[in-house]
Amino acid sequence: MDQTIPEVIRTVPLQYYVFFATALFAIGVTGVLIRRNAIIIFMCVELMLNAVNILLTAFSAYRADANGQVFVFFIMAVAAAEVSVGLGIIVMIYRNFQTTDVNLLSRLKF
Amino acid sequence: MSPLFLFLSFLALLSALGVVIAKNPVHSVLFLILTFFALSGHYLILNAQFLAAVNIIVYAGAIMVLFLFVIMFLNLNADTEPKKPILAQIAAVIAGGSLLLVLVAALRNVEPVGYNAATFDSQIGMVDRLGLVLYDQYLLPFELASILFLAAMVGAVMLGKRETGERNF
Repeated sequence: MDQTIPEVIRTVPLQYYVFFATALFAIGVTGVLIRRNAIIIFMCVELMLNAVNILLTAFSAYRADANGQVFVFFIMAVAAAEVSVGLGIIVMIYRNFQTTDVNLLSRLKF
Repeated sequence: MSPLFLFLSFLALLSALGVVIAKNPVHSVLFLILTFFALSGHYLILNAQFLAAVNIIVYAGAIMVLFLFVIMFLNLNADTEPKKPILAQIAAVIAGGSLLLVLVAALRNVEPVGYNAATFDSQIGMVDRLGLVLYDQYLLPFELASILFLAAMVGAVMLGKRETGERNF
C-alpha cells in the first residue's frame, strides 16, 4: 500500500487551511448580509457549510483520522435534504408574493 | 508551499466573491459551481478521493442543478434582482470584514498539531476505508440520515403541492 505523505500535507501548515476556511466563511456571512434575494442568501449559506467541510477534511487528512471525513459526508447529506426543503419554501414564497425578496417577509419579525 | 494549494485557494475565494458580487443570479450559481470544483480539487490534494467525488456528484451535480432549475423556473435575472441601499451594503461588508478580522486575530497564534509521520496513513480517504468506518461505527446515524431524507422528501412534496383556492402564477 502506498504510504507516501502527500506533498500538500508535507509543505502546507495546517494553519493555512484554518485561514482559508475562515476567509470562505466570512465571504459567506457577508453574502448573507449584503443580498436580498432569498436564493442567493441560501447559496451563501452553502458557502459557509463548505468552509466547515474543507476545514474538517483538512484536519481529518492531517491527523489521519477517518471520523472527520465521515462527518463531512453526513453534513453533505443534511445539506442536500435542507436544500430540497428550502427551495420548496422559496418557490412557495414566490407563488404567493411573485418575488424572492426577503424584505417582503419582514412582517414575521413582529 | 504547494503551488496547487495556492491556486485552488485563490480560485475558491475569488469565485466565492463572485457569488456574492454577481448581479445575475445565474452567474452566482455558475460561480458557486466553480467554487465547488476548486474545493473538490482541495479534497483531491488532501487524498480524500471519496469526498471529492461526493462533492462533485452531490453539490456540483444535484444541489446546484436544483438551484439553477429554480432560478430559471422563477425567471430571475439582473433586472428583477432586489438591491439593498448602498449604506446597508457598506455596513454589511464592514460587519463581514470585522468577523474575518476577529477570527483571524483569534486564530493567528494557534498552531494546530500537524501530521505525525510515524502514524500517518494516506489511505483513510479511500472509499473502502471510509465505507468500513461508515457501516461499522456510524451505522445508526447513517440509517437516521435516510429517515431525514424521507422527511425532507415528504416536506418538499407538501410545500410544492398547490392548495385549493390558492392564487397561482
